[in-house]
Amino acid sequence: MTVKILYFAWLRERIGKAEEELEPPPWVTTVGELMHWLAARDAEHAAAFANPRVIRAALDRTHVRADAALAGGQEIAFFPPMTGG
Amino acid sequence: MTVRLQREDFDAAAEAAALVRGRTDIGAVVTFTGICRGTPDADPIAAMTLEHYPGMAEAEITRHIEAATGRWPLLGVTVIHRYGRLQPGENIVLVIAAAAHRQDAFAAAAFIMDFLKTRAPIWKREERQGGARWIEAKDADEAAAARWDTPAPRRAAE
Repeated sequence: MTVKILYFAWLRERIGKAEEELEPPPWVTTVGELMHWLAARDAEHAAAFANPRVIRAALDRTHVRADAALAGGQEIAFFPPMTGG
Repeated sequence: MTVRLQREDFDAAAEAAALVRGRTDIGAVVTFTGICRGTPDADPIAAMTLEHYPGMAEAEITRHIEAATGRWPLLGVTVIHRYGRLQPGENIVLVIAAAAHRQDAFAAAAFIMDFLKTRAPIWKREERQGGARWIEAKDADEAAAARWDTPAPRRAAE
């Protein structure tokens, strides 16, 4: 299962890239599990996902919670709480 | 309905005029403009950079305009949000709501603005003398959006 992952604001800065395509292992079935797996990848991802409770996620451009199920080919975005307007 | 994310400035009066042009059913137009503030405290802001999630920002704003349209009998809505680097005094966001009656236009503009602040994927980074930092989300903004949780009965236009 390949997923396209986008990062915004300080997540993008800490990880050092705006997007990446990755193939998570089969045990990664939800957005929360994906965050857990990403946090273990390297120091940059660990710094970005150090406090997963403050991180928001979107699946195919719709807000979702950490228990949302993943499917292949999706666009997943991680970002901090929004501060527009 | 018009939703735009753009780098360039907007003309609030021209956008409001475009919304009512050629129509006689609109009796109220509420125009809200959010402006980059330079001095929230002792350390003035030199500039602000707004980052957004292209595609989702437009989609999320559209979803909230549709929610507003379900609550109030609106006759037109325009939302324009800028991104990129802005200096104090520059426009950030424009929300225009048009309806037959003022209460609906006022309420819808406030509703759209409250949800835009907490749900539209847009982030602000402040530059000050001491350095730059991402602005943290405010509980007050969450509370402002939460006050709309109780569905208001849709009033009949009288």
